[in-house]
Amino acid sequence: MITLAAETRGFLSPAGVEIVFLLVGLVTLGAAVVTVTTRQLVHSALWLVATLGGLAVEYLLLTAEFIAWVQVLIYVGSVVVLLLFGLMLTRAPIGRSPDADSGNRPVALGVAVVSAGLLVTLVVDAFRSTWIDVSPARGTTDIMGAALFRHWVLPFEALSVLLLAALVGAIVLSRRTAPSADGAGEDR
Amino acid sequence: MHLAYPAVLAALLFCVGLYGVLARRNAILVLMSVELMLNAVNLNLVAFDVWLRDTLHAGQSLTLFVITVAAAEIGIGLAIVLAVYRARGTSDVDRLRDLAEPPAVPDPAQLPAEEAAA
Amino acid sequence: MNAIDVIVTLLGVLLVFLVLPLVVGQTEHKVMAHMQGRVGPMYAGGFHGWAQLVADGVKFAQKEDVVPDGADRRIFQLAPAVALLPYLIVLVAIPFAPGGGVGQAIDAGIFFVLAVMGAGVLGTLMGGWASANKFGLLGGLRTAAQLLAYELPMLLTAASVAMAAGTVSLTGILDGFEWWWIPWQIVGAFVFFTAGLAELQRPPFDAPIADSEIIFGAYTEYSGLRFALFMLAEYAGIVVLCGLTTVLFLGGWHGPFSDSVGWLWTLLKTAVLAFGVIWLRVTYPRLREDQIQRFAWTVLIPLALAQIALTGIVKVVI
Repeated sequence: MITLAAETRGFLSPAGVEIVFLLVGLVTLGAAVVTVTTRQLVHSALWLVATLGGLAVEYLLLTAEFIAWVQVLIYVGSVVVLLLFGLMLTRAPIGRSPDADSGNRPVALGVAVVSAGLLVTLVVDAFRSTWIDVSPARGTTDIMGAALFRHWVLPFEALSVLLLAALVGAIVLSRRTAPSADGAGEDR
Repeated sequence: MHLAYPAVLAALLFCVGLYGVLARRNAILVLMSVELMLNAVNLNLVAFDVWLRDTLHAGQSLTLFVITVAAAEIGIGLAIVLAVYRARGTSDVDRLRDLAEPPAVPDPAQLPAEEAAA
Repeated sequence: MNAIDVIVTLLGVLLVFLVLPLVVGQTEHKVMAHMQGRVGPMYAGGFHGWAQLVADGVKFAQKEDVVPDGADRRIFQLAPAVALLPYLIVLVAIPFAPGGGVGQAIDAGIFFVLAVMGAGVLGTLMGGWASANKFGLLGGLRTAAQLLAYELPMLLTAASVAMAAGTVSLTGILDGFEWWWIPWQIVGAFVFFTAGLAELQRPPFDAPIADSEIIFGAYTEYSGLRFALFMLAEYAGIVVLCGLTTVLFLGGWHGPFSDSVGWLWTLLKTAVLAFGVIWLRVTYPRLREDQIQRFAWTVLIPLALAQIALTGIVKVVI
């Protein structure tokens, strides 16, 4: 099975993979910037969908196919729907919302730009002569399944307990309390 | 592929998410920015896994675990935001400054009875 | 990979995507009519109204494109495309004939199909919210809650089949299919089909688009071509669901003379399942929203887990 996966030739040439990665990366980055700057709340969530979808394509280019589809399934299919639910249940308006951005925007921009400069310089300098080889596909479902259930069983099981705790916690938190005397439990 | 491409993209996405966490006021938008940061980390992990080609597939497995934990976090985070919205009427993080509900104010309609009793 | 081959394959998938839902729609008109003691469309096209849906398509295409005044224009206009495209993409991966009879054999098969279908819920949610209509918003929220709840039984039962076959690739599952898988996975088949019906918001799970409660839910403000695209998405979803159930649980192209007429077996099995979908519409009353949620979480998911347990036990024993 694993040798079969190793023999599959990629669709794109190595240079093609780089070019497509760069282009999709630009789109992803642009969508992410719009996500954090737009003042329309639901548009922000939808640009987040574009960002996460772009990242799924990047994972496919890096031959991490299983993770790409998990990304689409969990992030695009569930997490964004939950975020949209949250926005709609907290009365997100159509059009610009006045309380989307706080007053810290200049400071936040400064911090983000400084850390971006720092990280990018560090990363480019550290990896200036490192190439990665994407040709034997490394993230197919069989390979990942074998790795998960051979080497990572304990974290896997611990995560299922964590998910159960999260599920129970979310249910408990979102139960409406019995109407108290001052009506603090009411939504209106 | 040069490793700088995914690494730089991940670093830039992380900083965009950082800006979002600091600059946004609506709690759900802050959660979205945290998701951006987690995704940047995932991209880094996957890129390093493809680079190092270790037998444990540590990068991709940890990516799966991060995705799972992020999904659990969003679930709980949204439940908290909704509970706060119900109790305080707002999901602005700037306006959530109380650690407890204020003490109950005496009901004005009951004052005449108290004055009559006093 | 030849460019001509790719283009021909894509055109073929597009043709199937445009024709089969119309066939299902026309069948629904006629079958519902006869089951209710009437005859259905009889005039369009002369012979028993076969061109009714073509006439409907022309009608929708020439209608005025109305966007409500307070609506979010771009999201309102984008929503039908987001709801429709996942089914087109998924159709590429479904095998219909042995020996490479598939648009594109995708290694992550089931996973890819269910992930992309799960992304389709965003279209309805976008449409419901962007309509600036209370009924639209309520319908969109109901749709999202229902689709999220029923994704899980579909995933679990599909995982059961993947366990039985030892692969998630759809072509691999059909290559390894044995006749005794049908009784083995029968519980999973029932759960998958029912969960799929709820994913498509078909009766009896159509509370999100209940016309007697919330007008038409998320699609209330839609008219003309955009409305037609949402309806096309529903019927394409029926085709995809029946195709998937056929491939996963009924053996797809397996049958006598499958080397030459395997595609016919696939079509026949899909048609029988589509008939079942239509039959259910005229048979059962609508479930309430809380009954729908309870059904998913307390009936379908335990059944799916039991199916996985059974699959695991049999795999270990055999």
